[in-house]
Amino acid sequence: MSLVNCPDCQRLYKELDEYIDSVKGNTGVLINVLHKAQEIFGYLSEELQQHVSEKLDIPLSQVYGVVTFYNFFSMKPKGKNQIKVCLGTACYVKGADKILERLRDELNVEMNEPTSDGLFSIHAVRCLGACSMAPVVLIGEDDYYGRVSPDEVSKILDKYRRAE
Amino acid sequence: MPAVENTVLICAGGACISAGEKSVKGVFEETLRKYSLENVVRVVETGCMGACDLGPILVIYPEGVFYQKITPENASRIVEEHILKGRVVEDLLYVGDMGDLRERPQEELPFFTEQVRIATRNLGVIDPLSIDEYIARDGYFALHKVLFEIGTDDVIEILKKSELKGRGGAGFPTWMKWDFTKKAEGETKYVICNADEGDPGAFMDRAVLEGDPHSIVEAMTIAARVIGAQKGFVYVRAEYPLAIERLTHAMKMAREYGFLGENILGTDFSFDLEIRIGAGAFVCGEETALINSIEGKRGIPRVKPPFPANRGLWQKPTLLSNVETYANIPPIITNGGEWFSKFGVEGSRGTKVFALAGNVKNTGLVEVPMGITLRKLIFEIGGGVPGGKKLKAIQTGGPSGGCIPLELIDTPITYDNMKKLGTIIGSGGMIVMDEDSCMVDVAKYFLEFTVEESCGQCTPCRDGTRRMLEILERITSGEGTMEDLHLLKDLGENIMATSLCGLGQTAPQPVISTMRYFWDEYEAHVKEGRCFAKKCKSLTRVVISKEKCVGCTACSRVCPVEAISGSVRTPHEIDPEICTRCGSCLAVCRFGAISKVSP
Repeated sequence: MSLVNCPDCQRLYKELDEYIDSVKGNTGVLINVLHKAQEIFGYLSEELQQHVSEKLDIPLSQVYGVVTFYNFFSMKPKGKNQIKVCLGTACYVKGADKILERLRDELNVEMNEPTSDGLFSIHAVRCLGACSMAPVVLIGEDDYYGRVSPDEVSKILDKYRRAE
Repeated sequence: MPAVENTVLICAGGACISAGEKSVKGVFEETLRKYSLENVVRVVETGCMGACDLGPILVIYPEGVFYQKITPENASRIVEEHILKGRVVEDLLYVGDMGDLRERPQEELPFFTEQVRIATRNLGVIDPLSIDEYIARDGYFALHKVLFEIGTDDVIEILKKSELKGRGGAGFPTWMKWDFTKKAEGETKYVICNADEGDPGAFMDRAVLEGDPHSIVEAMTIAARVIGAQKGFVYVRAEYPLAIERLTHAMKMAREYGFLGENILGTDFSFDLEIRIGAGAFVCGEETALINSIEGKRGIPRVKPPFPANRGLWQKPTLLSNVETYANIPPIITNGGEWFSKFGVEGSRGTKVFALAGNVKNTGLVEVPMGITLRKLIFEIGGGVPGGKKLKAIQTGGPSGGCIPLELIDTPITYDNMKKLGTIIGSGGMIVMDEDSCMVDVAKYFLEFTVEESCGQCTPCRDGTRRMLEILERITSGEGTMEDLHLLKDLGENIMATSLCGLGQTAPQPVISTMRYFWDEYEAHVKEGRCFAKKCKSLTRVVISKEKCVGCTACSRVCPVEAISGSVRTPHEIDPEICTRCGSCLAVCRFGAISKVSP
């Protein structure tokens, strides 16, 4: 993501820097800053990690160490609609593995990789805490689908395809 | 402005939201506006009401009529019939086992009446965004008492009498933790709330944070006063954005009302809270790993001792408890330690919130006195296993716990009993499994989890759990030997004895406990290549009965991999080499001709 190819980036980096300046005095803010960076850019590229490292004056090795430790941080771009399949125990017992299988077949894509049109990516997530509605799928931040059956999968995907 | 005639509580717990609560509320309010009723009917989104299986739920007061499984399509009917015409909408009421309609199940069903709600006292009752409603339910009275009526030593004494133990898993006496941190030397101290609820199948902490955030703010402020802390952190999982939003709002309101921040309630005591958001690492539920994570580092556990009470966050004395533990604090202080210890049994006092999930009829959150039997919890309150299936096991304690078989279902739930059974109460997740669950597969599921979540710091956990998983993979694919079974057990015991932190020390538990109670299943996998539950794909085949199949072709049309062959009106056949055992054909066959067999 070099600045030359990315006219938006300058604005995005400015937004991030403003956030960093607002929390810089506090201790232990690296994870907060990375959350913000991922929220702004979608993923944490090497260049972005380098930037955070310099701004916070924390060694790049440490930034990289934290990024790779936590599941939430991604070094790869994700799809526009992130499909999060809950793999908590209740969902597993209720067949979340079959939902995952159907999604992968339907989208013809590996886990955590965006589809060729960039519209979707599939992610297995830890318990979402809606166990009574198992199996649960969350698309984006707000669209929860409860008691999903494999046959409903394509209907759900169509909703997002149509929105394009 | 006309007086409010009806108050409508809509459950906005996690399960109800995933069942479509937002659109139901939207339609409901729109219909109110259509009939110009928006000023006489007050709509409140509450925290989790507990009966998650029935969501979305809506309760109309003053009558207290309980509507369940509402869809956007019929939400408007409730306004038109109930609110406008005073007629109960019968088809949206709770239907009992005998087909009887229950207008007020909250006053009638064991699911509600058997509960004693202390930690969850305000869930589903108040508007989590309103500090006034929290105060109206005795909120911040305990803080007032601690600041003006009793001394900090009295608080410790009350907690001691209450016999409250940590509700996050380890079950350490809460008063001792407070006492250690209070006595620890140092000017700077911290209070931390562990809201990194990682155990799959447990969602009580989420429900408390979303439904009653002020109880956590109040309890942590009390804790800070007692131990002498100036600053506190709530460490919440990133997976719970609504909890973060509600808690942030509660903190803001508490500051405005003078319950948090500088000079609390006009005293010289100052304390403030900050939220830290996790980033998806199960190990951060371990207290020292969580502390490292708040410091902005990789969440790897530290060697104990020193314990956080002496050297915790930034090496300062730190009190760290989980959400449910804190939620119990204000009512204990208001009502006294004896009041709390009246509930429960010797060694396990008070109540515990359990999350019922899996193959149980009434899934959801329930708070019951400790010492209740598993049978009562699963069958009376939980309504038993649906679909006429037989209960096989109850999994408690998540990846650190084990499976309890049907034979032991009359055991009272106490810290000691669970330990004797080879499991833990843990954070209170209870996954009910019926005969379709394979115990070897369940053990494998948890091992996959711990392998993924091991922080990698110590060898027994990092490498040992991986080796265990490999053995389990061999067993479930029919390549295991009897020697493997013994190796698995040996390895598990070694990992438990030598790992650095609680994650590794308990990671083999799901395997050890299923081997203890379901040895015959493990043996059948190895010796006969047979999976009792017909869950393990390599040991299971899907077959079509030549006698029953009429050749309708329904199965061959749904088969995603074209494994089924046969022409119209002649019996079909499944090629086991191509078949993925997905079960699609089983679901569509109307003649009961398709079944799974093992071997």
